[in-house]
Amino acid sequence: MFRLARFLKNYKIQSIFGPLFKLIEACFELAVPLIMADIIDTGIKNEDSSYILWRAGLLVLLGVLGLTCSLTAQYFAAKASVGFGKELRSALFKHINTLSYAEIDKLGSHTLVTRMTSDINQAQTGVNMVLRLFLRSPFIVLGSVIMAFTISVKLTLIFLIMSPALAFVIYKIMSATIPRFKKVQSTLDKANLQTSENLTGTRVVRAFSRQKDEQEEFEKNTEQLRIMQITAGRISAVMNPATYVLVNLSIAAILWFGGKSVDTGSITQGEVIALLNYMNQILLALLAVALLVTNITRMYACASRINEVFDVHTSVSDEGNTAVPEDKSAPRVEFRNVSFCYAGSGENTLDDITFAVQKGETVGIIGGTGAGKSSVINLIPRFYDATSGSVLVDGTDVKLYPFSQLRGKIGIVPQKAVLFKGTVRENMRWRDENATDEQIWNALEIAQAKDFILQKQGQLDYGILQQGKNLSGGQRQRLTIARALVGDPEILILDDSASALDLATDAALRRSIAEKTEGMTVFIVSQRISSIRSADKIIVLDDGRIAGMGTHMQLYKTCEVYKEICLSQLSEKEVAQHG
Amino acid sequence: MADNKQSPKKQGSKQALKMLAGYAKPYRALFVPTVLFALISVAATLYAPIVIGQAVDVIVTKGNVDFKALVPRIALLLSTVAITALCQWLMTLCTNKITYNVVRDLRNDAFSKLEKLPLSYIDSHPHGDIISRMITDVEAVSDGLLMGFAQLFTGLCTIIGTLIFMLTINVRITLVVVIITPLSLFVARFVSRNTYKLFHKQSVARGELTSLVEEMTGEQKTVSAFGYEQQAIEKFEQANKALSDVSVRAIFFSSLTNPTTRFVNGLVYTSVGIVGAFTAFSGGITIGQLSSFLTYANQYTKPFNEISGVITELQGALASAGRVFELMSEKQEVSDEGAKVITHFDGRVDASGVDFSYTPEKPLIKDFELHVRKGQRTAIVGPTGCGKTTMINLLMRFYDVDKGSISVSGENIRDLTRESLRSGYGMVLQETWLKTGTIRENIAYGKPDATDAEVVAAAKAAYCHGFIKRLPMGYDTVISDSYATLSAGQKQLLCIARVMLSVPEMLILDEATSSIDTRTEILVQNAFAKLMQGRTSFIIAHRLSTIKEADSIIVMKDGHIIEQGDHKSLIQKGGFYAQLYNSQFAVT
Repeated sequence: MFRLARFLKNYKIQSIFGPLFKLIEACFELAVPLIMADIIDTGIKNEDSSYILWRAGLLVLLGVLGLTCSLTAQYFAAKASVGFGKELRSALFKHINTLSYAEIDKLGSHTLVTRMTSDINQAQTGVNMVLRLFLRSPFIVLGSVIMAFTISVKLTLIFLIMSPALAFVIYKIMSATIPRFKKVQSTLDKANLQTSENLTGTRVVRAFSRQKDEQEEFEKNTEQLRIMQITAGRISAVMNPATYVLVNLSIAAILWFGGKSVDTGSITQGEVIALLNYMNQILLALLAVALLVTNITRMYACASRINEVFDVHTSVSDEGNTAVPEDKSAPRVEFRNVSFCYAGSGENTLDDITFAVQKGETVGIIGGTGAGKSSVINLIPRFYDATSGSVLVDGTDVKLYPFSQLRGKIGIVPQKAVLFKGTVRENMRWRDENATDEQIWNALEIAQAKDFILQKQGQLDYGILQQGKNLSGGQRQRLTIARALVGDPEILILDDSASALDLATDAALRRSIAEKTEGMTVFIVSQRISSIRSADKIIVLDDGRIAGMGTHMQLYKTCEVYKEICLSQLSEKEVAQHG
Repeated sequence: MADNKQSPKKQGSKQALKMLAGYAKPYRALFVPTVLFALISVAATLYAPIVIGQAVDVIVTKGNVDFKALVPRIALLLSTVAITALCQWLMTLCTNKITYNVVRDLRNDAFSKLEKLPLSYIDSHPHGDIISRMITDVEAVSDGLLMGFAQLFTGLCTIIGTLIFMLTINVRITLVVVIITPLSLFVARFVSRNTYKLFHKQSVARGELTSLVEEMTGEQKTVSAFGYEQQAIEKFEQANKALSDVSVRAIFFSSLTNPTTRFVNGLVYTSVGIVGAFTAFSGGITIGQLSSFLTYANQYTKPFNEISGVITELQGALASAGRVFELMSEKQEVSDEGAKVITHFDGRVDASGVDFSYTPEKPLIKDFELHVRKGQRTAIVGPTGCGKTTMINLLMRFYDVDKGSISVSGENIRDLTRESLRSGYGMVLQETWLKTGTIRENIAYGKPDATDAEVVAAAKAAYCHGFIKRLPMGYDTVISDSYATLSAGQKQLLCIARVMLSVPEMLILDEATSSIDTRTEILVQNAFAKLMQGRTSFIIAHRLSTIKEADSIIVMKDGHIIEQGDHKSLIQKGGFYAQLYNSQFAVT
């Protein structure tokens, strides 16, 4: 938890002065009974009304000063805790941005979202509580113990025994509840995941009429959540009564031993009353602590969940890499004996892949489902690191590039057509922030998206909803293609990205890519022979290995796997005719 | 006038409070013990100082301490304390139980609402916002309730208890306390009204940030693929700043309650001192009585402090509750009540005179006619955005038509229950969706009581058995939508297996095999063909291999059918379809 304290760094003044003003206010408050004692002892005894009014004025003045201090303290606490939340959120967001695909697969994006949102909110609330109230309590406990010491050294022993006993009880209860609150949070995560899944899969859920079962599953989860919350609550509910009992045991002790001391004449009756008052003050302070403990334990649980994310470091880092000069004679992309295996999977997804692609070449990658086509593609922008062998771009191992340089060379169209909330223009500027409208229109034209964007209201200013929900699948796909083309990448990767396009659009797209992107190296991953048959080079993958490499006609004659794929899509006549 | 302005907000929170009370109603049996335990613990807490005072009274001076009287006082104190502690604990258990039960019910109802919302709502609202209502806001309700329940009641009891004790000492000074104290309530009310507004704003800003995080963190892979991290961070910082700006104000404002009411309490304390002192001049009160009066005055005002704190907390909870109830009062799908359950499908599907649009300003489908006989295989082709996917939304009744009617087996689908209508269809969509769970659960999604043998048979029919066997845990491997080791094609095959298992009367395939390699696709197609023997099917596809065999091909453009016929006749006709077909070979 204390590791997160670094996010208060920029709010040092607020986090120090906030509690400080709180302490000053507490001092004012502690002075009030003394002044009242003056009124009683001096004012009433002498029947001096002007003295009484004067003292009363002092009380009001103290009240105003206290209010001012307190407001300042609250403002500082709000400022510091919100600032803490803001910086923590921002740092976590930046940290998540450094993670590679492997870590995102492992953590799961849903978990990341909850940690970014509700966990940080809880932590922020916790910090606010601590700044506002937590420091005040120890101060009052300490102050009371000191005051007790001035009255009777012997009786202070009671204070000295009781304080650690209380601390122990609070510690015990906290350490029993923290793991339980952590479990509560992870169950809440599950509810979150299921909600989100039901939103994205609502069509499937309804098509199979499984709403009732989903509801049941959700209810099972919330029931589990309820039971865990009640168990955790049962333990933390002990806090209040336990402290109350301990303090009153001490009061009984003060009465007994105090009585003895008065009997021997070492202290007075009034001093016993004072001791009791201090003990009560400690009780009040501790009650505030107990109230806070639930929040603090939760904050602790959240903090460790947040730290868990901070502890995951990217396995694919570009740290220390500096810009790489381009080797003009080297192939654009080269794989040398590359093998690759996903974390947690026993088998290699790619086995000993070797090929080279020259500048300006178009490469088709074809193969069965699960043959490893996407895995090959994912290694080029270094989304994952090859398990063995090396991947080279422009003659340099991709591991030596800074990400911005490597990925700046590449325009990628992922399988899943993901767009973001914002205007078309904003979505098109993902690769190149400064792209002009002309460049964007150009890319849209190549991607066969110009026509439908022209028809949209506002054209480039047309607002796309989250996940591109106000566009059809084919429209989304064409926009993701255009997005990759903006800023003229040296390498264009189409990862099965024409699957939602009709044949005519697909053909027109390939034609315009071939015509208008001179010098661009293009990778086309596809299931369709028609999409890749005219490629300069076709790589046939079968179960993670290269089954054949060459042009359409060469492969058709020599590669059995390729021939089978061809004949599953076209008649023999068609294969030969359009070769 | 000013009051009028406030009233909608006030009404909103009143409404939320009323609905919350409705949720607490089933647990009213727990209120009795809660109240009982609270009363006992408050009474005992107030009694303890009296016992202590009596104990002090017997400790007078040197050699004048009555130990015989002291011992029973201490014993009484300890038993009072024991009772207080026990009752406090039991009371917390009760309030916990009420709170967590209410929160569970609230979440369950919200989720059930989710399943009943029309798709138009789900399609047009950011998921992050809906999730934040269901998770974060409900959490806020639980926190607010938890604090509120426990403190509001004990606070009220303490106030009444102390009031009685004070009245027994001096009526005039009690009146001073009673008259000034409401000032703190007034201040608290002013603060909380503003707090509610600010908390609401904070909720909105938080919802926006959550949406952004859902988008950017949820699609982190795309973000890093484009090196978009910097811009994502910039956008995030903006939303983050907006949230923290409103948060500082909301939190500060909500924390005003405590200091301001404490200030009012200080005034009360001082007033008691002055009035008490002047009363003491005339001998109306002894000094000892005045000092205990001051103690009680403190005790009387302390709960006011707590209560106003609780009220602030409740305001936050109510603002959140308001957002939850807003979701819950969203218009839901037209009820199925009174609708017929269709059990037998004869395979006929007819659409006549159908008009449909997502937004009234942009008509999409106009005067759509379609008549399909039993066992017919209908392919729908056309350029993207021509309304093919919309057809599925209408056939499955995810959306209702604006005009005209769609009927199945001669029955208007509006007259049938959605469940029975949908049970007649098997659907495979282009966008694969898998649930977090084992492969087995996913395949058996449409038929949860399927035997293992049935699951394996379906997996074999959809050609997934092979790769499932190779997964670390076989059919028990836990997968999710973002499970990286499965390729898009493999996920699609699993979705096909899901349909294969439930053996529907009619089949809708929307680009169902788009990510599957064609060798496997042919095998899957054959399996489908066998499955669909004598059954009606609708196929949306781009691949000719899929379309060519259809009995009837519908060519759509801009929401209309422009051509209809089988492959041969359409090619001969040389129209739009022929053009589409030939284009696939028109490669440079």
